[in-house]
Amino acid sequence: MKLKLATATAAAILAAAPAMADLVFPDLSYRTGPYAANGIPFSDGYQDYLTLLNERDGGIGGEKITINECETGYNTEKGVECYESTKGEGSLVYQPLSTGITYQLIPKVSADGIPMHTMGYGRTSAKNGRVFKWVFNYPANYWDGASHAVTHILNENDGDISDKTIALVYHNSAYGKEPIRTLEKLSEKHGYDLTLLPVDHPGQEQKSQWLQIRREKPDYVIMWGWGVMNQVAIQEAVNIRFPMENFIGIWWSGSENDVKPAGKAADGYKALTFHNLGSDYPVYDDIQEYVVDRGKAAGAGDQIGTVLYNRGMYAAMLATEAAKTAQEIHDTSAITAEQMRDGMENLEMTEEKMAAIGLPNFGPEFTVTCENHGGNGMGAVAQWDAEAEEWSLITDYFQSDQEILQPLIEEDSMQYAEENDIELRCDE
Amino acid sequence: MPEQVIWGMEVFLNGLMAGVLYALVALGFVLIFKASGIFNYSQGVMALFAALTLVGIMEGQVPFSHLINATFGTEIHHFGWHVPALLAILLTMAVMVLLAWLVNKLVFQHLVNQEPIILFMATIGLAYFLEGMGDMMWGSDIKTLDVGLPQGINPMIDEVTYGIFGYGFFIDNLDLWATGIAAVLVVALVVFAQYTKQGRAMRAVADDHQAALSVGISLNFIWVMVWSLAGFVALVAGIMWGTKSGVQFSLSLIALKALPVLMLGGFTSIPGAIVGGLIIGVGEKLFEFIVGPLVGGATENWFAYVLALVFLVFRPQGLFGEKIIERV
Repeated sequence: MKLKLATATAAAILAAAPAMADLVFPDLSYRTGPYAANGIPFSDGYQDYLTLLNERDGGIGGEKITINECETGYNTEKGVECYESTKGEGSLVYQPLSTGITYQLIPKVSADGIPMHTMGYGRTSAKNGRVFKWVFNYPANYWDGASHAVTHILNENDGDISDKTIALVYHNSAYGKEPIRTLEKLSEKHGYDLTLLPVDHPGQEQKSQWLQIRREKPDYVIMWGWGVMNQVAIQEAVNIRFPMENFIGIWWSGSENDVKPAGKAADGYKALTFHNLGSDYPVYDDIQEYVVDRGKAAGAGDQIGTVLYNRGMYAAMLATEAAKTAQEIHDTSAITAEQMRDGMENLEMTEEKMAAIGLPNFGPEFTVTCENHGGNGMGAVAQWDAEAEEWSLITDYFQSDQEILQPLIEEDSMQYAEENDIELRCDE
Repeated sequence: MPEQVIWGMEVFLNGLMAGVLYALVALGFVLIFKASGIFNYSQGVMALFAALTLVGIMEGQVPFSHLINATFGTEIHHFGWHVPALLAILLTMAVMVLLAWLVNKLVFQHLVNQEPIILFMATIGLAYFLEGMGDMMWGSDIKTLDVGLPQGINPMIDEVTYGIFGYGFFIDNLDLWATGIAAVLVVALVVFAQYTKQGRAMRAVADDHQAALSVGISLNFIWVMVWSLAGFVALVAGIMWGTKSGVQFSLSLIALKALPVLMLGGFTSIPGAIVGGLIIGVGEKLFEFIVGPLVGGATENWFAYVLALVFLVFRPQGLFGEKIIERV
């Protein structure tokens, strides 16, 4: 009896654990709780792309991919538990899709030697690879986003916004406060007035903030929201008849989920993005053929082509391209987490590469280096067409104001290095 | 009149409207606590579940479709019809009555005479169960809810106030509707509790359920009725808040807004929930307007609790709550 039990237990463990040669990509997702509507499409996109590589190409460089999903509920404690429970299974790179979880994981991944990619979120100064060896945030970060919004406003006003007022409506959390310093610095440079309007979590009640906007009549409103805060803000803006074309959200405030509840009135609302939109790309035909039609889609298959699905797929694509780079550098298909980090640090995304993948012009071109883990700070502006119910890019990719941002990143990362006694790298 | 005073009046009126929305959520808590002594942690999730069910019925969505499709390999999502809002509200109410019966039959019937903390824990479990059930039945995407309630600035108030003050007040049409509906709801509930046989039975059970049993009042019936009423209030709250933000899982967090209202108004008084809601709504909005700019804003959430705590110092049972007298 004991032997049978032991055999059954061993069989169960073997069945549950990934084969040691597999390339393991953990997916810290949130399919439940208040933010599930955003977590689901991102996770679906992330997993479907990895499944596509397995089904179509037999994995990466001949190595099969194993997806290790763990539900965080967008809860920082659960996110850390997920990390602890999956890190020993050969995880190559973590993408927690939460700034709160990111902050908790930075010291952990640094100690455990597993890279983390926080695309468009997390700690902005992690861009400095001299300090943050294991953390990457290419192709763009929060401070890039703040600068993109101001540059777009500048472009709309012939380069002079010294007589303009910009209000920042932000989630009153570490995430929401990220752009403040950048916007203040940019305000000194360009002469606009900045009004700060914090909204408490979760953001279901924003009457005070929008009454103030109605009274003070800022020329532009920039939003740093997530979840229900976005939908309520857009509805309140509609209610006070704020011009939608002067309302710009960060990329986490620019999905279909955010604009649809306000209906036709949300037409013209803008949001930043660091990747392209829609589903008119050859890779989607492959996802349909190899993933959805074979019944292997991560979700119900109803999210394909949405903004957050695209973002999840883009995250997976960047991760797998880094894995390919790592395989080339180390001349082995069965890479380790440390080798994956090398792949990420030598990643070069070119238009030729994206076109070959089936995603032409999907993201900006960028190069990651030892010093620069954040890419070139390129982003674009998208606008919502309520009639067609679709987002579309209204600008090309443009660069953030590096003259302002680079010193801020340097200052913040050096302070972190000093506090944590980190030896700077990349000097040789 | 100084600009600040005029703006303050606008903020005051909007605070009243916000207070009505808070009170709508608090009412559900009061009903159940009054009749059974249970602090129903799942009231916010009930509002979410009711709103999800309403949208699902209106759009002709097949419940559990993801589960059905995954199990049987089918591709069914919709029945292909749309149900008018009023009929959908009635059908949702039927679902909430069924839920009340099930909750009573499967949970609380087995917990009669248990400590309040046990009953409270049961409602926490119920909250998680309902959230998961809502997800499985209707999916977790954000749904647009349109039962025909108007939204946006009320032009008449805008014009009239502009004529008087030279500044048009912003009052949301949805808030005006919510106020009207809440007023009708409260009057109906008070009349029901005071003047109907079932209402009096409900109050008798609330006073002493053993004495009520001894005169032939069915505890089961009263509890199902009270949970149904709370379900109805949850549906109304779900419609109001869901129309604003879309129906999504964060709707369950509206319960957070009801807690200071309950602390202030008392857990056992229907008028208390309304007055508490209004005081919290006006208080937090005026505080944000006057003090917010001096301290960096975002004062509303904590101020509501501070205000409730200040009231608790002077009236621990809340403004309208029943005074607890315990003889040793």
